[in-house]
Amino acid sequence: MLIKNNVLVTDEWTVLRLKEGEAADRVVVPAGKVIVPFPVWNCQHEALQGRRELGVWLASFERAEDLQDDINRFPVIAVDFHKFSDGRGYTLAYRLRTQLGFRGELRAMGDILRDQLFYLKRVGFDTFAVRADKDIQDALQGLSDFSLSYQASTDNALPLYRRVERGAAR
Amino acid sequence: MYRYDQFDHQLTAERVAQFSDQVRRRLSGELAEDEFRILRLQNGVYMQIHAYMMRIAVPYGMVSAKQMRMLASIARKYDRGYGHFSTRQNIQFNWLKLQDVPAILADLASVEMHANQTSGNCIRNITSDEFAGVAHDEIIDPRPYAEILRQWSTFHPEFGYLPRKFKFSITGATQDRAAISINDIGLEAVKNAQGEIGFRVLVGGGLGRTPIIGSEIAAFVPWQHIITYAESIVRVFNEYGRRDNLYKARIKILVKAIGIDEFRRQVEEEWKFSKDGPSTITQAELDRVAACFTAPAYESLPQEDAAVAQQHNNKAFSNWLKRNVKPHKVAGYAAVVLSLKNSGIAPGDATAEQMDAAAELADKFSFGELRITHMQNLVLADVKRSDLFALWEEAKAQGLATPNIGLLTDVICCPGGDFCTLANARSITLAKAIDERFDNIDYLHDIGEIDLNISGCVNACGHHHVGHIGILGVDKSGEEWYQVSIGGSKGSPANIGKIIGRSFSFAQIPEVIARLLQVYVRERKTDERFIDTLRRSGIDPFVEYVYATPVVEDEKLLLPDYDLIKQGTPYDTPYYSPRF
Ligand code: SF4
Repeated sequence: MLIKNNVLVTDEWTVLRLKEGEAADRVVVPAGKVIVPFPVWNCQHEALQGRRELGVWLASFERAEDLQDDINRFPVIAVDFHKFSDGRGYTLAYRLRTQLGFRGELRAMGDILRDQLFYLKRVGFDTFAVRADKDIQDALQGLSDFSLSYQASTDNALPLYRRVERGAAR
Repeated sequence: MYRYDQFDHQLTAERVAQFSDQVRRRLSGELAEDEFRILRLQNGVYMQIHAYMMRIAVPYGMVSAKQMRMLASIARKYDRGYGHFSTRQNIQFNWLKLQDVPAILADLASVEMHANQTSGNCIRNITSDEFAGVAHDEIIDPRPYAEILRQWSTFHPEFGYLPRKFKFSITGATQDRAAISINDIGLEAVKNAQGEIGFRVLVGGGLGRTPIIGSEIAAFVPWQHIITYAESIVRVFNEYGRRDNLYKARIKILVKAIGIDEFRRQVEEEWKFSKDGPSTITQAELDRVAACFTAPAYESLPQEDAAVAQQHNNKAFSNWLKRNVKPHKVAGYAAVVLSLKNSGIAPGDATAEQMDAAAELADKFSFGELRITHMQNLVLADVKRSDLFALWEEAKAQGLATPNIGLLTDVICCPGGDFCTLANARSITLAKAIDERFDNIDYLHDIGEIDLNISGCVNACGHHHVGHIGILGVDKSGEEWYQVSIGGSKGSPANIGKIIGRSFSFAQIPEVIARLLQVYVRERKTDERFIDTLRRSGIDPFVEYVYATPVVEDEKLLLPDYDLIKQGTPYDTPYYSPRF
């Protein structure tokens, strides 16, 4: 199950992860809707070019800019959080959305927990593969921790002072 | 002072609800400690050996009398009747129960306070000049900008999980009282040739194991662009700051590794995306926030008044006048520093009674506002000079009038071996020994301004690198030793002190300081402060004299039943190490 646009849905995609000893240039990408690691896309670019139902995932240390030429050819881009405390994924998402104009599904996967969902949603993720041992129904609540925010981000290009009239009733 | 509007209230309330639920889930076991840890740190809650410590934000050090009373009430209700004001102008409580934290946050929210982002790897409370708005050397009042930056950084969704903590400091005056060069980002207000306001931006300053003075990344960023510019810096740091080693994760290490020019290039590249975009600060928003910091209703008064003049033959009062009363830009007014440096207590500690008393003084004499200084004292910024004597008498009765601001005994020292589990050596007890050796107030006044900083270990919580005299506790085969450095300075200009040579024992340190002061007295020219003499003559004469003859240990400090040593500290259990 996944959280997508604030509701629970079944995951139609398979995530390909390289196993120990598998090489990005030789691993066989199975048929169907598959999200491949960035190095696989990078090495097998030509062979995979024709597959429309193909997603790619980035590790937190990989660069959003490396996808920029064909960014909107992907229906899904995922960012893998190997640890929830690694905040690089937030900037990655922000860049993918606001600087590179990615419009497809942006998925957060890996160590994804309820208490990070609100920030993740703000920077541009719309889909969350919550860590398997956690109650996804419970996690859903994390999306609505706050009803407003001071600063601009992907979800709202305007800071609060350009959205509302501030200084009103105390 | 900044006052919350409905949006500030709403966000604060939602934060209290969020963290209260997280605490509930932790207590019920739904949240594991390693998942909860980061959440509690972002709410200022540390787990100590014996209790939870909580650091409450005092944005840029401004606190109202009403808020101060709430802090006193928290000290009484949930702690042991005292609190600790920190070098980042915040307040910490050391003996809390996790179950009480939601109620404490609700109490704080009721007086427009919070503990947001006072710890953790995020943007921390922004510090500023404790004399903001009243300083005679001010170009602009930095507080509206500090508040705008506070709001921008609060719950910033991209920067909640940075490689490491991130500190801002901002000054609007020509003399840097906010130590901007030892912050991750330091902002100094400047006016350009056209009279426009902007900021000189420093980046990558910090102490700890690798002390570095911040480098200039921009000479002038117009105020409208300060958010987008700062955001670009933090974004580059978030992506490229090291995450593999806790001690190499601060932005200073990144800037040092790639060089300021390359770092600047990356930031400028990044800034292209956001410059002139919607996060540019509007005049309307600046005006709205600045309206909270307008001058109070000053009376028009003569500069000096008879009441003060008459009391000049009162020596104790005139000592206090000399040290604790600071100039004010409005005639007939003064800024008063209430000292929290009394012998035998941890610098910056205040009891609930003292907090209430300080609030009372603020209501009576200073338009109901106080400031917390990075030297861990309190300031009443707007006192009529004609009220000074009355104020002094009342402050004295509360132990808040020690006439030692800026002197040797106005020490910054970390909790050290008396409290902190990471320490190599005692800090507070050493400060007491020094205090005792130099208890002659006339001598202290003659020596004048000097910054003494003591850290119990290399983590540098006592900022020893930037003390005019800095003392660092070191470990030599399990024994307590101290390394001494001189010539550091936290601002105008900032620099890191130089180590004078081999280390000393606890009982030698008071004599070492005495020798350093003797050289100063011998070498100084009229009106030269210790640091000026040192800068002019270099460290050699000081080093030579200190090591010329063997430094004898003060024997009484070696006696285990000597009072000072025996008493130890007022608290019997270790309480915190402010490191994370
Ligand atoms: S960790 Fe900080 S408080 Fe503890 S001894 Fe070291 S410098 Fe002092």
